[in-house]
Amino acid sequence: MTDRTSPPAGSTPLSGPDRTVPAGPDLVPLVQARGLTKHFKVGGTFARRKLHAVDDADFVIHRKEIVALVGESGSGKSTVARLLARVYRPTSGEIRYQGRPLASMRTRRQSLAYRSDVPMVFQDPFSSLNPAYRVSHGIMRGLKLHRTELSRSQRRAEAERVVEAVGLTPAVEVLDRYPYELSGGQRQRIGFAQALAYKPTLILADEPVSMLDVSIRIGLLNVMAALREQEGVSFLYITHDIASARYVSDRLMVMYAGHVVESGPTEAVLANPKHPYTQLLLSAVPDPRAPLAVSAETGKSEPPRVIDPTPGCRFRWRCPLAIDECARVTPLPRELGPAHTAACHVATADVSSDVTEG
Amino acid sequence: MPGAGILEVRDLRVEYATSRGQVAAVDGVDLEVGAGEFVAVVGESGCGKSTLLFAVARLLSPPAAITGGSVTFHGQNLVTMTERQLNVLRWRDYSVVMQSAMNALNPVMTIAAQFKDAIDAHSALSRHQAGQRSVEAMKLVGIDPVHLKSYPHQLSGGMRQRAMIAMALLFTPDLVIMDEPTSALDVVAQRSLMVQIKELQQRLGFAVVFVTHDMSLVSHFSDQLLVMYAGKMVEAGPTRTVFDTPSHPYSRGLLDAFPSIRGPRVTLTGIPGSPPDLTQPPSGCRFHPRCPLAVDQCRTREPELYQVGAVQSRCLRHAPDRAPRPQVAEEARP
Repeated sequence: MTDRTSPPAGSTPLSGPDRTVPAGPDLVPLVQARGLTKHFKVGGTFARRKLHAVDDADFVIHRKEIVALVGESGSGKSTVARLLARVYRPTSGEIRYQGRPLASMRTRRQSLAYRSDVPMVFQDPFSSLNPAYRVSHGIMRGLKLHRTELSRSQRRAEAERVVEAVGLTPAVEVLDRYPYELSGGQRQRIGFAQALAYKPTLILADEPVSMLDVSIRIGLLNVMAALREQEGVSFLYITHDIASARYVSDRLMVMYAGHVVESGPTEAVLANPKHPYTQLLLSAVPDPRAPLAVSAETGKSEPPRVIDPTPGCRFRWRCPLAIDECARVTPLPRELGPAHTAACHVATADVSSDVTEG
Repeated sequence: MPGAGILEVRDLRVEYATSRGQVAAVDGVDLEVGAGEFVAVVGESGCGKSTLLFAVARLLSPPAAITGGSVTFHGQNLVTMTERQLNVLRWRDYSVVMQSAMNALNPVMTIAAQFKDAIDAHSALSRHQAGQRSVEAMKLVGIDPVHLKSYPHQLSGGMRQRAMIAMALLFTPDLVIMDEPTSALDVVAQRSLMVQIKELQQRLGFAVVFVTHDMSLVSHFSDQLLVMYAGKMVEAGPTRTVFDTPSHPYSRGLLDAFPSIRGPRVTLTGIPGSPPDLTQPPSGCRFHPRCPLAVDQCRTREPELYQVGAVQSRCLRHAPDRAPRPQVAEEARP
């Protein structure tokens, strides 16, 4: 917000007042974030330094949609999830859920309703389940809290249903096990079952597979795809693995150092990555079926400076295409293809697209 | 010993003493590493790959113990050596890079102090020489030597892992054993670390034994590949051959488990089920409960390692008495 000065010439800024939400209940996106910003104070009590975890992020998540949020460690992707989960309050900007600002949900009843609509699945299945209780404990507690209309026996039936929905059978037996009796992949499925028990509209999945073996990951990704189909749940899938993002997601958002640097339909972004950072991410994916891609960058992967950053593109120190302007003006997202935006001064629009430039 | 094998593991067996009896986590594994060779060991969690590596480095502690076989390094059997004898070889001739640099580095000591500890324990260099050696090692891995004065928390994850590798290279050993050194990193840092390990290896000529669960990671870096399942090696051979024509259904499953960023989007299944409980390994082929190609014989007959061209495969489909080979590739089990 603060360090984004004038938009570069010939750009199509997306955060203008002209981009309002169409009226009508079906056309309001499930979640819409505008200018979402989160800064953290760092240093001692009297320090004034601010870490810019998320800066001026605009995005939407539609119903029954899987959106992948990709970026390296420290890019702010988990902060976005926590802002959506209301673990953090945004420094500025707002999040609307079904058209209503989150900040306006003040009562306990409203908070509870939101939390059951938008639950979170955590990265580490070994520490996110309480080892002292059976698997059923977490699911039943959630049901008691969030679905008070159910009777005791209905709760039990519902718990069995969600455990089966994530591919664990026989559900009755699984519910009576302790977490240590389950493998990592099974525990993470329980994580999804707990989230599913609340009848959610959007599940925030923060690196749900990165602690698991490669051979187990694909099963979890398939669970996400199935839940979207069968239960109509949307997902925000956070990962640093762009290949798995491609496997499940409809849309892709790439974050770097707190900025959303590129977003668009997954296949369009991968086929035609506009931002140099997206290109770098793609070149780093190990692919035994392809010859070794020698990326331009080896070894100098310097972490971006996000404490009190100056204006300018935050990727410029690592960027092979950086020009003078990149050090002065923070690039804003520009539409470079159909629904495909990138925040880069150098990136060019699709030649064949009907997006007018300048 | 130029060109010759520097490490030879024969029929190695490691058992854990548990309340339910002895469990063999590594069961008759053979491994040969030539000078300057990059050997990758892949498999899922619990397949015994880290135990194998700890056994080779003689770092096992109870309840695990080597109960059979030999580990010959430069012609000496490490298994029968005493700690005092091992101490002469450790760090100078072979070194180990641990999985999580976060836990493997001491958080309350600077990098320089930790390097000096290692140098003092294994050599008689002066303070000045030790300092010089540390600076050289940091330069090797591309970290500014000013970070020798840093504490581990002041470095990024990638830099910590590099510092661990610098530490392993303090005495330019002939063999570096690596246990998933990249697993805590994101893809970009992971790729650049792999490229750097390969460059260092080519420049300094050390051999690498690299353990990982992500088969795709080593596809372009390793010379030999060893696939482990439930404590046994199920396939071993030149990396390219195993990737192009995996001869064991488990290797095929591992290869098909990760999505690609190229080509059409296809639905993958991964490997259904989970690795077996080693206290009660399945009868016959240990992979049969999860194998899409399993036939009745797989449940009763334990396969040996069969030679298939340049690779060895522990799958009954390659047994010499099982000719002609059944064409079962399309008929998946229900």
